[in-house]
Amino acid sequence: MSEVLLRVEKLFCERDDRVLFDGLSFSVDSGEIVQIEGANGSGKTTLLRILSGLSRNYEGDIFWREEPVEQARDRYCRELLYFGHQPGVKALLSAEENLRWYCALSPSLDPSRIRAALAEVGLSGFEDVPCHTLSAGQHRRVSLARLYLSDAPLWILDEPFTAIDKRGVAAKEALIGRHIARGGSVILTTHQDLQGSGAVRRINLDKQMEPNG
Amino acid sequence: MDNLPTNQSINRDVGVAALFIAALRRDLMLSLRRKSELVNPLIFFLMVITLFPLGVSPEPGFLAQLAPGVLWVSALLATLLSMDSLFRSDFDDGSLEQLLLSPQPLFIVVLAKIAAHWMMTGLALTLVAPLIGVMLFLPSEGMPGLMLSLLLGTPTLSLVGAIGAALTVGLRKGGVLISLLVLPLYIPVLIFGTGAVQAAVTGLPIGGYLALLGALLALGITLAPLAVAAALRISVSG
Repeated sequence: MSEVLLRVEKLFCERDDRVLFDGLSFSVDSGEIVQIEGANGSGKTTLLRILSGLSRNYEGDIFWREEPVEQARDRYCRELLYFGHQPGVKALLSAEENLRWYCALSPSLDPSRIRAALAEVGLSGFEDVPCHTLSAGQHRRVSLARLYLSDAPLWILDEPFTAIDKRGVAAKEALIGRHIARGGSVILTTHQDLQGSGAVRRINLDKQMEPNG
Repeated sequence: MDNLPTNQSINRDVGVAALFIAALRRDLMLSLRRKSELVNPLIFFLMVITLFPLGVSPEPGFLAQLAPGVLWVSALLATLLSMDSLFRSDFDDGSLEQLLLSPQPLFIVVLAKIAAHWMMTGLALTLVAPLIGVMLFLPSEGMPGLMLSLLLGTPTLSLVGAIGAALTVGLRKGGVLISLLVLPLYIPVLIFGTGAVQAAVTGLPIGGYLALLGALLALGITLAPLAVAAALRISVSG
């Protein structure tokens, strides 16, 4: 009963006269984890930015629920959670103020769960502290707390485990597992091996660029 | 395990007014917590005005003649200097990406950000302008014209400047480029603004000037946020 959420056909991207990927096709079903692999500079972040709709610098087709993504833009934005390279946390605002702003921005986040989400990421007691007093890992945790608020089916996560300690990583993996069990899907890049999250489909951008590969 | 809600059941959309207020509150809170950026335009404005009599001539009659132009030019430059920071920090920390991926109308958020910027620069300049006017021996008949023209003109400066800021936010050193892009568009506001003050000083009706400034403002409010939104998408996409 798994449903194709995102389908990518013949994606081509060139950056600074260097072809990052060519003829890249894959699909993401509900209940599936797709891990993008590749060396540094192989275009992982670029691919995620293209998939999220931030970058238009590509050729090829992207379909969301079998609709071209340009036409389904509004619906796609509602059903997407993107965690980017920069966490998007304002240093001058407190953790709670940051999350409230994101709840106002995207309807797939549930503002009534903010306190609980901050407790889940280990930031209870830091709700009202300006984020510039937090450590780098805590800073990213504020942004990761959005995952606990989210009802969006598709999560695109760019290096979500950077600067997160071991217990935090385990908690995030469990969270991703729950999301998958609820019928959501996740596209992520990470240099760590995902453990115990069920089937992971891997797309390797290095192999993709090998001749006849 | 319960399933994810379907698209139809996700309807926590806040209304347009609530979104505007949330964005306005956030930006005002950010500027209030970063005091230096708040006072920079005001200090610049004050410095230019206090240095002017020292450099030119402290004679009251001469200063009174120069006052409308000097006041308007320094208000314009103070606004221009503060423009670069409008989207800079959002771009650097990734908030801008999240903003562009939101299903909420970008027009409203952009308008709220510009409104917050104006309250911290243009409105503040308008409020201190009469004091500065007295320092430059501007006759008291000119004060209403000065206040009203600044009140109508400075929001247009913020709106137009925001287009330049959005276009250059992706560049590391966009400061000079902003001025080049935006200054030609500032000239009509400057002309009608100083015109209003001079007319007020000489006792002529200022309604025509204010109407033109109001028309520019109306045009800016309706069109500038669209241009800013498109420019932001280009800047982030690059």
